[in-house]
This record gives sequence, structure tokens and C-alpha cells, in this order.
Amino acid sequence: MVLEKEKVEGIARLARLELKTTEIEAYSRDLSRILELIEEMKGVNTADVAPMEHPLEIRARLREDQVTETDQRGKYQALAPATADGFYLVPKVIE
Amino acid sequence: MHRTCLKSLSNLLHRREISSQELTRIYLERAARYNPVINAFITLTPEHAMEAALAADQRLQAGSAGPLTGIPVAHKDIFCTDGIRTSCGSRMLDNFPAPYNATVVERLQDAGMVMIGKTNMDEFAMGSSNENSYYGPVKNPWDTNRVPGGSSGGSAAAIAAGMAPVTTGTDTGGSIRQPAALCGVTGLKPTYGRVSRYGMIAFASSLDQGGPITHTAEDAALILNAMCGFDARDSTSADHPQEDFTGELNRPLEGLRVGLPREFFDSRLDPGIGGLIRDAIRRLEQSGARLMDIDLPHSALSIPVYYVVAMAECSSNLSRYDGVRFGYRCTNPENLLDLYCRSRGEGFGDEVKRRIMIGTYVLSAGYFDAYYLQAQKVRRLIRDDYRQAFNSVDVIIGPTTPSTAFKLHEKTADPVSMYLSDIYTVSVNLAGLPAISIPAGFLNGLPVGMQIIGNHFSESRLLNLAHRFQLETDWHLARPGAYA
Repeated sequence: MVLEKEKVEGIARLARLELKTTEIEAYSRDLSRILELIEEMKGVNTADVAPMEHPLEIRARLREDQVTETDQRGKYQALAPATADGFYLVPKVIE
Repeated sequence: MHRTCLKSLSNLLHRREISSQELTRIYLERAARYNPVINAFITLTPEHAMEAALAADQRLQAGSAGPLTGIPVAHKDIFCTDGIRTSCGSRMLDNFPAPYNATVVERLQDAGMVMIGKTNMDEFAMGSSNENSYYGPVKNPWDTNRVPGGSSGGSAAAIAAGMAPVTTGTDTGGSIRQPAALCGVTGLKPTYGRVSRYGMIAFASSLDQGGPITHTAEDAALILNAMCGFDARDSTSADHPQEDFTGELNRPLEGLRVGLPREFFDSRLDPGIGGLIRDAIRRLEQSGARLMDIDLPHSALSIPVYYVVAMAECSSNLSRYDGVRFGYRCTNPENLLDLYCRSRGEGFGDEVKRRIMIGTYVLSAGYFDAYYLQAQKVRRLIRDDYRQAFNSVDVIIGPTTPSTAFKLHEKTADPVSMYLSDIYTVSVNLAGLPAISIPAGFLNGLPVGMQIIGNHFSESRLLNLAHRFQLETDWHLARPGAYA
């Protein structure tokens, strides 16, 4: 299984990762090696096996619909790269 | 003092023969002295520690102290600490003082433990050598040209070098047990759900589990008592009755059924390690344990299955790092897409990016069934192997790692060769089982770890076996010469 450079660029776009052009060849080689390792499990007959989603196979717990968290916007926004008037700032999206 | 076990430290503190402030100073001083070489700590927190030690001394004076009050601890830098940098070994979180405490941090703090710092780790816990940290590699105290293992390498090296009496770690595919083995210390990965994941930065949520790294099994039992318990803030926390893990430590081993998986003693294992593990097992037999060979037929598939599941879950978990609300943001983004892509491209290291990309690929349309769904199905077969085995045995024993600590840079050029060092540990996470690694001898001057695996919620049994073994051996007492 070989991941061509174009494929690697496509995956990086989906994953929102900028890769330097000089890095792409190394990623293509490493990711192909990793996929080769992963392919080893493909031959196993699993026609009658149900996928296992959780190690203890527990079900999600439900709780009463009550307010448990208090407003800590100030504390959380103090960690943000850029805020104004209680909003998170990003580059302009709509002209 | 730094060679004293937790129980003795606790007795000394309670008898007021040493104060928590004195004890804390001893460890802070050792940590500061050795860190330039070992690099086990990303952050030391002396001011916070001395304040906590003072409060612990007041509790000890007032008679309101518990067994762990006043004892120093260091947390893996994956656990959120309120107001203190929580980097997860990444440039992405280099500027992130967590706004709250992880449940593990809170519980040990409530027990009166004194946090002295945050330990180094592979970035986002992805690695088996600690060479993937933004803060540089950790060195193995037994040979500083070698790796300490990973991803909790800082936590294991700190114990081996006497820079902390107990540390916390996390184990997604061996990240507590493998560094414990390579550094000659004791590391316990509890049953999935035992220890709360709240405030423990997520890598692969169906596999991640926190646990202690210590010198002895008895120390691990004492810490586990405080670490674990149901937590409503973790949706997969196990609602299991609270136990005293020290209660069964001395139980005799007569009649204990020990399974030896043929697959764990095959040609991939260093013969020197195989010999030491067989010696250790013979010793258990002399103590009354009954040995039997067992088969875990799907264990050869555990590495491919593990890496599909772990990478898929990591690509989803790490999508939160977008440069908007916290963490690293690139300079002068042209537009929103550029902000996302460059913040993530510059903020994450190579191994993290590789795993996010593989995870993205196996979850993408057209590939999901062949990779992710197939991995989840084979995961069940691996779990069923263990289930079958535990019908006839109480515990399973084998090596923790296929080799001793390898040299720095030895495996960095080839990610797959690095992944294969997890061969004996990842299946335990896939099945959600508890397992402990304890020192079982030395090969060419480097520590060798023995892994004991139990059925779900059988930590008491594992600690019992490990403790009995440590009563008869002294491998766990050995210290690297330069840090003795």
C-alpha cells in the first residue's frame, strides 16, 4: 500500500494540517509503512463478529437535566489568543 | 530519605520525625540537581509545593492527616493543573495554564499530597521513547545514552533517579508499563474506567487510563487507593465499589493459577529477557503458584488493531486544537483556513501529525469499513482470547517489553520499528484489562520488566502477586549508581 504525494496532501487538507513541500515525501514514505503494518489485520475473517466499541461494553450514563456548570467565560477567555467583548476573534470570514 | 518507601515516609511524617516541608525540600533539591541531565521534568513547582507542604504539616499537627498527607508527588504533564502550565509535551499547549484540576490531581491533593512538578512525556502521549517531546528527550538514569521508554518516560525516570517518591502516568498502549520496565520501577495500568479521565488530556479515549509509577507494589497500592473511584464527570468512569488495595497484599500464592502465553515467549523476545522472566516465574512456582501454558491466538494482530483504533480516536480528539480558543496560534493568518492549518502544522510535532493523518485516512469515506470497522471487530477477537484464558487462569505473566532500553535515535527514523516495542502491552488496553510491570532482573546492566495481567477489576490480585515477589527479590531496590 503506497500513499502517493497527492493523497498525502489530500489527507493533510482534511485534517487541517499544513505540511511543508519538503516534508511531504517523508510523510508519504512513513504513512505508507504504517498502512502496510495495519494491512496485516485485513485478512482475518470477521464476518460474524460484532465491532467492539468499548472495552467494558458499558452504556452511556444519563443524568438529571440540571445546571451543573457555572459561567467561567472570563477565566477561559483569558487563555485565548485573541478576544474582544466576550467573543473569540478569528480572521474575517464574511466580507 | 529518597530511598524510603511510602509507608515508612508516612510513618515518619505522622511521628513528626520529619516535616513535609523538609521532605519536600529534599525532593525539590534532587529534582533540580538531576533535571539538567535526566530532563524528567517539564515544570518544577517549588512555590506551590512549599505552600502545600506547609498545609500538610498543619494537618499532621492537627491530627487530621491521612496516610499520604505530606508526601511529594509529580504528575505527568497530561493531567490538568489549575493555573500551572499543562503542556502535554507539545508546543501546541506550551502557553496553556489549565483552568481547572484533573480529578486525579484533585484527589491526591485532597489526600494531602504535595505536587512538586509536572513530568516530561512524548507529545500528547504518542511515543515509546520520550523522544517526541517538544521539551527534548528524557534520559534513562541507568544509562543516559538510552531512552527511558514512553510515553510516561519522565514519570518513570523521576522515580528511578529518586527525583520523586511517586509519580502519575497514563497508559494508552503501554505508556506506564513500558517506561517502568525500561527504568527498573513498578508501573500499574488499572482496569479501564477505574481512574477518572476528567482533566486527563485525551489521546485515544477508549484506551486511555491513568495510574501510578512507584518503586514497589505496596506503594502503588497506597496511591491507587487515593487515585481511583467513580467520577460523574467522566462518562466512562466505572461505578465499582471502593476497595482497599493494600488489604490483600500478603495473601499466600498457593494455588494461584498463572497462564504463560506461548505468543509472548516467541522469537521476537530477546532470549536474555526470556531467561530472566522464566527464572522469575519459577520463583512464583516455588511459592505455590501453578503454571500453565495458554494461547492468545490473535495477539499478533494487536499492534495493527491498536494503531488503527488509537490513531482514529486521536484524529478526532485532537481536532479541538484549532488555534481559536486556547493553545498555539500561528502569526498573521491570511484567513480562517490558514489559521487552522498553520496553527496545527506548526503547533504539532511529526509523530502527532503522522497519527492524525492515518486516523483521518482510516475514518474517511470509502476506507472506514476496511480499516476502522475491521479493527473494532478484531479488537473483540483479542478481548475474547483473554476472556477464554481467564476461564482457566487467575493471572497471565510474560515480559513487558521485547528488549531492554534502546539507544537514543535508534528507532526515530522508522516509526514502525518504534511501534513494535509495544508488542506485549497494547492488547491489554484493547481489552480494558489491568496490568502491572515490576522489576525482574538486569540484562547487561539494564533493567528488565515482568508484566502481570489480570481480569477486569483484579488489581488487588496483581498487587498481591507483585508484593509477594518483591518480598523475595530485591530487583526493585536497585538504584542507578549516579543517583543512588
